[in-house]
Amino acid sequence: MIIKRRDLTVLEKSHIPAIVGGVGVTAKHLFETLTGKKKVTQQYPEEPTIVPEGYRGAPYLVKDQDDNTKCVSCQLCEFVCPPKAIKITPPGPDGQVADRENAEKMPEEFEINMLRCIFCGFCQEVCPEEAIFLQNDFSLTGKSREEMIYGKEKLLALGGQVEGIKKWEKKQRDADAQDVFPIEG
Amino acid sequence: MAAKKKANKKTAAEKKAAEKAVAVTEAPAEPPPVEMVKIKVDGKEVEVPKMTKDWEGNPRPTTMLEACEIAGHDVPHYCYHKKLPVAGNCRMCLVEFGMPAMDRATRQPILNEDGTPRIDKMRLPYDPSLPRGAIACATPIAPGMEIYPSSDWTKQMREGILESLLINHPLDCPICDQAGECKLQEYSVEHGQAESQFAEVKVHKPKNVDLGPRINFDAERCVLCTRCIRFTKEIADDDALGIVNRGSYNTISTFPGKKFDNNYTLNTVDICPVGALTSKDFRFQMRVWFLKETKSICTDCGTGCNILVGSREEKIYRFEPRENDAVNSSWMCDSGRLNYKWVGREDRLAQVSGTRFTDRNQLGSWKVAIHEISEILRDAEQGSVAIVGSAKSTNEELYLLSQLAAKTGAITDAVQRLGSGDGFLSCEDKNPNSNGCRLTGFCFTEFGINTSKIEEGIKNGAIKTLIVFREDVTKQGIPVKLLKKLDHLIVSDLLPTKTTEHATYLLPGAAVMEKRGTMVNFKGRLQKFMKAVEAPGDARPEWEFLHELVFNVTGNNGYSTIEGLFNQMATDSKAFKELKWAEIGDTGVEVDI
Repeated sequence: MIIKRRDLTVLEKSHIPAIVGGVGVTAKHLFETLTGKKKVTQQYPEEPTIVPEGYRGAPYLVKDQDDNTKCVSCQLCEFVCPPKAIKITPPGPDGQVADRENAEKMPEEFEINMLRCIFCGFCQEVCPEEAIFLQNDFSLTGKSREEMIYGKEKLLALGGQVEGIKKWEKKQRDADAQDVFPIEG
Repeated sequence: MAAKKKANKKTAAEKKAAEKAVAVTEAPAEPPPVEMVKIKVDGKEVEVPKMTKDWEGNPRPTTMLEACEIAGHDVPHYCYHKKLPVAGNCRMCLVEFGMPAMDRATRQPILNEDGTPRIDKMRLPYDPSLPRGAIACATPIAPGMEIYPSSDWTKQMREGILESLLINHPLDCPICDQAGECKLQEYSVEHGQAESQFAEVKVHKPKNVDLGPRINFDAERCVLCTRCIRFTKEIADDDALGIVNRGSYNTISTFPGKKFDNNYTLNTVDICPVGALTSKDFRFQMRVWFLKETKSICTDCGTGCNILVGSREEKIYRFEPRENDAVNSSWMCDSGRLNYKWVGREDRLAQVSGTRFTDRNQLGSWKVAIHEISEILRDAEQGSVAIVGSAKSTNEELYLLSQLAAKTGAITDAVQRLGSGDGFLSCEDKNPNSNGCRLTGFCFTEFGINTSKIEEGIKNGAIKTLIVFREDVTKQGIPVKLLKKLDHLIVSDLLPTKTTEHATYLLPGAAVMEKRGTMVNFKGRLQKFMKAVEAPGDARPEWEFLHELVFNVTGNNGYSTIEGLFNQMATDSKAFKELKWAEIGDTGVEVDI
């Protein structure tokens, strides 16, 4: 569809109404600021910044409602990460037993290089276990490059708990409710 | 043949009708032509051979699945495997099809109004509004048949079958090692539907079952295709697996108290279309989509099975067999498959060293080592050098070594390694390149016959320089005491041995997966392999520094690429018939041994 441009009136062509309107807005802001009616600056870092909902800050690992590690080391986030900031060490055959036994595995090590991370949120989007979320932290500091590589323990501590899906719990419940499988024992 | 036809024409022109019969009886004695059958796949006419070879190589009628493949249509399937007997139990390959209509009374085809044969699509006898599909893997084709692998009915049948297969599937792809190479995943995306109509609780079966020393079984993920059962019974000749229980409780099991333990068990992991059978060795090691696959060959024995090396970031994670009907079909043995861990061992030799450097508290360097070794060999008296090579080395390396031997008049020898074979893929000769050793002229006939001569030579002082590649000569009857008597002991190896400890010059080499080259298997098949990972530290492929040594010592400059080196070797030695590197291909060529 083509919208035909309206011809300007003589007054509009003179730009005077636009100039007057613009000066009016400026004057309004000036008045509000001078009288202390509205603040346009923020005293960061003394005052904490409140980020809007859906803000994409640093990605952290989260635990489930029972304080279990949710990540199962499927490595999809490592695969999808555009700047290759995530590095996961899978547990291998003799690795640590997973927090949730029927989930069978969890990462031995999970590293995010926050210097590489571009906060795109692909990891959160791809995660089938809802185990990684981009949270509100935006000011990450460290004294060395190594310090900016966050390990599994640090990421879990920063991430906190998020309930989300409870599929492993449901699976365990369903399995427990069934009779013993004939070939067992 | 053209001449014969001409002659026939002449006679036909002269005597016409009477001669025609003669011409027919005089047909040339050629192999009978492949009988072809005309069918239609999705409305497109294709000609397919009437007979095809089955998994054992015996002729049997071509199936609809094979016909569709020729026509360029992939029919999804789980239980069908071209190297196994047909079972037809997964139903995934169901397709709608039609047959030429036939008048029951006269046995004549019924024609359409335009004179073409009428095709009746197969319908259920009790409800003609519904199609009667057939499993493409086990239904032979017939002339005039029409197959509809992309019709709406076929698509619906696939959706239904997939839904049924997923009734009790746990959908635990995030923790499943098969994810990424799982047919259930692939077909769900391609042919499945997002929703399941089953609201009931899934049947939970045992997970992480110990089926054998190398195999882990997850009963929930199994689709009961029986590929593993057929493989172990027919190919591995060990009828170890079976299906037990009934209905939804169906599961794969071994005989009570028995373990699934033969030397070919890990092949069942490859052919398992889902994540039911997984390798204990590869369990939770790496996701498959990260693995770089490199074409290589197994060097565990003389068979030289074709393999794919799965590696990521310079670490090898697994070997998988690569199809080559002339060598290993689609299989490989477990011992060969698991023989990769030593490549990444911590104690791999990664630094040029030897007493020449350690005595002077110097760090070894290739520049100094190659320069000094070249001088030693150039100044060596005829017959004062002995070379112990290895049938684990590549043809190119052995060729270069034999050039050094020819220049210095050296005695050469290799080491025999015999073990037990099983008549299938495991060979008695545990050296991967015994034939290459002979064909390149490094060794003749038997190995080990010159070792006593070398020992004698060192004892009486005739041999002053010993070159050892990839072998521990202290185990072959040359004691450490004698090695110390030598002026120069030049050793190249991958892992530390008694011999490397006493080397004057120790040159770290590269494993098969760390270089390119060719080998000849025990049947005389020349095969090449590609580089999967980098050699550790300073280690270099042996042919690289041998090429420099040969140039320095003999003055003959050869090619400095592996392709050129191979082509030069093939021109020099008759055995390789002037082959070119590019002509070897992925599956190798036969050479005369």
